[in-house]
Amino acid sequence: MSVFRTLSTKPWVADRGYISDSHGFSSPTAKVFLSIFLGVITAVFALLTAAYFIRMAYADWQSIPVPALLWLNTAILILSSVALQWARTSARREQAVGVRRGLLVGGAFAFAFLVGQFLVWRQLGSLGYFVDTNPSNSFFYLITGLHGLHLLGGLVAWFRASLRLWRGADVAKIRMSVDLCAVYWHFLLLVWLVMFGLLLVT
Amino acid sequence: MALTDVTHDAQDFVPPAEVAEEELYHPKTWLGKYVFSQDAKIIALQYSITAMGVGLLALVLSVLMRVQLAWPGAVSFITPDAYIQFVTMHGMIMVIYLLTALFLGGFGNYLIPLMVGARDMVFPYVNMISYWIYLLAVLILLASFFTPGGPTGSGWTLYPPQAILPGTPGSGWGITLMCISLGIFVVGFTMGGLNYVVTVLQARARGMTLMRMPLTVWAIFTATILALLAFPALLVSAIMMSLDNLLGTSYFMPAIISLGQQLDHSGGSPVLFQHLFWFFGHPEVYIVALPAFGIVSELLSVHARKNIFGYRLMVWAIVVIGGLSFVVWAHHMYVSGMNPYFGFFFATTTLIIAVPTAIKVYNWVLTLWRGNIRLTVPMLFAIGFVFTFINGGLTGIFLGNVIVDVPLSDTYFVVAHFHMVMAVSPILAVFGAVYHWYPKITGRMLNDGMGKFHFWVTFVGLYCIYYPMHYLGIMGVPRRYFANEGSNGLPDWIPESAQMVNVGITIAAILVASTQLVFLYNLYHSATRGKPSGGNPWGATTLEWQTADTPPTHGNFGKELPSVYRWAYDYSVPGAEEDFIPQNVPASKKTGQAT
Amino acid sequence: MVLVIVLIVLIVGSVLFHFLSPWYLTPIASNWGMIDDTLTITFIVCGFVFVAINAFMVYAIYKYRYRKDRRAEYEPENKKLEWWLTAFTTVGVIAMLAPGLFVWAKYVEVPEDAMLVEAIGQQWNWTYRYPGADGVLGTVDTRNINGTNPFGLDLDDPNGQDDILVSGPEVHLPIGGPVKMLLRSKDVLHDFYVPQIRAKMDLVPGMITYFWFTPTKNGEYDVLCAELCGSGHYNMRSRMVVEDENDFQAWLQTQPTFAQMLAGAGSTSGGSLIEQGEQLARNQGCIACHSLDGSAGVGPTWKGLVGKNEILVDGSSVLVDDDYLKESIVNPNAKLVKGYAPIMPPAQLTEDQLDALMAYLKSASG
Repeated sequence: MSVFRTLSTKPWVADRGYISDSHGFSSPTAKVFLSIFLGVITAVFALLTAAYFIRMAYADWQSIPVPALLWLNTAILILSSVALQWARTSARREQAVGVRRGLLVGGAFAFAFLVGQFLVWRQLGSLGYFVDTNPSNSFFYLITGLHGLHLLGGLVAWFRASLRLWRGADVAKIRMSVDLCAVYWHFLLLVWLVMFGLLLVT
Repeated sequence: MALTDVTHDAQDFVPPAEVAEEELYHPKTWLGKYVFSQDAKIIALQYSITAMGVGLLALVLSVLMRVQLAWPGAVSFITPDAYIQFVTMHGMIMVIYLLTALFLGGFGNYLIPLMVGARDMVFPYVNMISYWIYLLAVLILLASFFTPGGPTGSGWTLYPPQAILPGTPGSGWGITLMCISLGIFVVGFTMGGLNYVVTVLQARARGMTLMRMPLTVWAIFTATILALLAFPALLVSAIMMSLDNLLGTSYFMPAIISLGQQLDHSGGSPVLFQHLFWFFGHPEVYIVALPAFGIVSELLSVHARKNIFGYRLMVWAIVVIGGLSFVVWAHHMYVSGMNPYFGFFFATTTLIIAVPTAIKVYNWVLTLWRGNIRLTVPMLFAIGFVFTFINGGLTGIFLGNVIVDVPLSDTYFVVAHFHMVMAVSPILAVFGAVYHWYPKITGRMLNDGMGKFHFWVTFVGLYCIYYPMHYLGIMGVPRRYFANEGSNGLPDWIPESAQMVNVGITIAAILVASTQLVFLYNLYHSATRGKPSGGNPWGATTLEWQTADTPPTHGNFGKELPSVYRWAYDYSVPGAEEDFIPQNVPASKKTGQAT
Repeated sequence: MVLVIVLIVLIVGSVLFHFLSPWYLTPIASNWGMIDDTLTITFIVCGFVFVAINAFMVYAIYKYRYRKDRRAEYEPENKKLEWWLTAFTTVGVIAMLAPGLFVWAKYVEVPEDAMLVEAIGQQWNWTYRYPGADGVLGTVDTRNINGTNPFGLDLDDPNGQDDILVSGPEVHLPIGGPVKMLLRSKDVLHDFYVPQIRAKMDLVPGMITYFWFTPTKNGEYDVLCAELCGSGHYNMRSRMVVEDENDFQAWLQTQPTFAQMLAGAGSTSGGSLIEQGEQLARNQGCIACHSLDGSAGVGPTWKGLVGKNEILVDGSSVLVDDDYLKESIVNPNAKLVKGYAPIMPPAQLTEDQLDALMAYLKSASG
């Protein structure tokens, strides 16, 4: 079904007097909700990236050093995503143990990532790279901070899903939650990789 | 958290149109029903009342500004600082906290589920939270009036560096609270906005194809998407400016010697802020205008007893305008010092937008042509809208065409233009909509006499306020001036007679402002003493008029959801018994085979 | 049918207002007559559309007013008509856009031989700089700005030594030659705005913006600020004087160069103490905030100030005498009057200048 065909139907003619096909997307409502939300977050980071490039063109820009710890954090975030994917696949196969383990490991890695990011901040601070030292620093703190906040929001959802599972909820019942968490995690991983790439390239 | 509030599982996915009524959350307590309600209709009213309340404050501020302009120095507490604080808060409240909240939070919440035939928004709990976050944003905004230094006086555009430097009132607490309030507003709006969009996409009644949706839904839907994508720009710029202000970063702040003092900032770009701001700010215009377009299309069609002319083109125009609104932002910045060659691009894109916008106007007028026009109060407001919108739209061409904008920018021509196009026109649409849907909301008609009085004073008064103002602007009178008379006296090109215009405008403004009290009284009075309206007093086709109960109960449509058999504009169909066929009437009854 | 009549009155009234109103463009004083022409073209096209659509609407409202016995036509769309209208609109838009872009192309191309003049904005007054004999403006940096170097010129740049600095309330321009106005701000956004020359541009701190025009009419023009720049925005004034080349050169000779200013010459002109004080009050931008006629301003008015008892922010009261005035000029925030924001910059004045300013202030106080 193409958008153009839909938009060019003449509604006063088409199936007049009859019920016409009107399904929403075939994916569940919560997923549609999430994907549009991801669109909004994309807008936030896209605008930040644009501002980053524009500001970079000014004379006072000095690149910030990339602490080695960031590589480790990136690896941790990838593992976190993988673990949640594991939980997601297990949920699809209705394997409660896999879901449980996947969620636990994924969440733990996400926490580790946040702690790691905080340590990067501390490390940079001790080297004298504060938020107001140079615009590149300002952007670094802003981007990592916003990304961390989004992950923190995801952890709230993760916590609720985990809680339900531990209280004995059926795997089938929380499958959607696990699914959404995993998608959100992959998305934030992607955002992080792009932002990290941006830092490395510049 | 939204992500876990799942009504259906992936496998046993039921088309949302068939959500049974039992699945809605039915509160037991009064508090749960009317305060912490998850019913989109109650949330709509909460949004509307809050928005109108804070809008009244902004109205009072505008009257105070007008008093100063007509009789400079007459009111002692209107100092130069107070004046620009009023300018700022008036603008910000009207654009964001009144119009955006009212059109999307108010009308969006009330109309979307009813018009697409849904029981409620898809995530009622998130929807409720959205309102409370909005209220928090409003309270923080109001709190800035009571801080040391008062609210920010940097204009609604909040341009740095001035917004955060001491030469501007409210550069400490005022601007900080403003940024916080805007940030919270964006978060709250995003929760609501996602709901509106997903509800339209997923929860339409059986048979309600996209092209069978009323234009009101199309318009609010598109405006919401614009808002979801544009507000992040506001959020990002507010955060960055706050960091500049509070932590001393230099996103937007170059080296500055402010009032004799060297600041620590260096290298930042104030123009970067303007790009971010207008990347939000221009779509914002359409966030306010598109719902008005949709509502007016509805009113014209219903009250002219005629199908909307060129429905498809109307839908395309909404979508095209929405898309284009993201590539015209820098027409607000022709004299901002940005690369002047941008002017060619942005002038062209801006004038291209004139084409779909003009098409909408033609189609409204052609809807009236060969109609059977009932001049009800909503219809009067709708026609008033078309008239003022034509005026405001055309002056937009002056300002969009880069070279014509140069002498006119930052003058009263701009003030007159944007008030005509995004204050007068949308507010006339709002009034029309209130008179139109009030019977559905309360079950009673608004008083006709008061309504007509309200229309005439408001419409003629507003036109008399803003039309002459254009000419002050063409002459060159700059905007955001506490007084034209400076230490050099009145600039010699401003004749004494210009002051006469200012006095006239102020008198008209006071008249119009006080007439709104009649409107408010009418709302209050008619809620209990108005003429009972019945379920469908206007003879309209769309689903909200076909509910089992009026006002509709929680769940909107009673036991069974409607099915949709036709488009939203089957008025005066040849051969049909009545001059309208509701959307939920199948083929067998009352004719209606394909033409 | 009241609506029909009112709408007709509004349409006819709008058109009549346009032709009869005494409020229209100021007499042009620059080469930008073409801007006025594009404005006129836009007015013609838009005016026609305004009258045509509204008249059609009024006619429709009248002709198809509600009748019980009649039904509206069922007319979902009319492709041909819609195409025609779209095409017609496109033509109208092109008719306005094409000349607009044509003139804009001229606006962004500065003539090679344009004379350079720099306008410098700060809250809330204007100063100016000419490149001097070498025709080159010296480099500047906001960081260099201090009491002895208010323009922030680079002391080591030889190009800057002969720059002519104008702290006065006037900028002079010779008639007939193109001028490139370079715009620089020390603090916030401003906008150099003279309605009669039509062109304008924002001043943006951290960058140099510009626009160009050719003055075509001798006379004095008000310079205003057209970008909200804080409390004193409405009162950020200056004068632009357009005169014959000879008069211009004569005036220019009386203004100090950077080198002279550093040497301390030319900072005070002749005249009585009060006159010197008045000039200082204008140059330093005092009167942007302090009115002379008792009207409300950003700061307290000077009228009747001396001998007055003022309430301070801490609630105590103070008699306005010489000592208090001097202290408040040099260190404004030490004893701040209640109801005013602490936004006055400390004035950087020599003892002589301070005396002159005091003399003027007392005479203004009356």
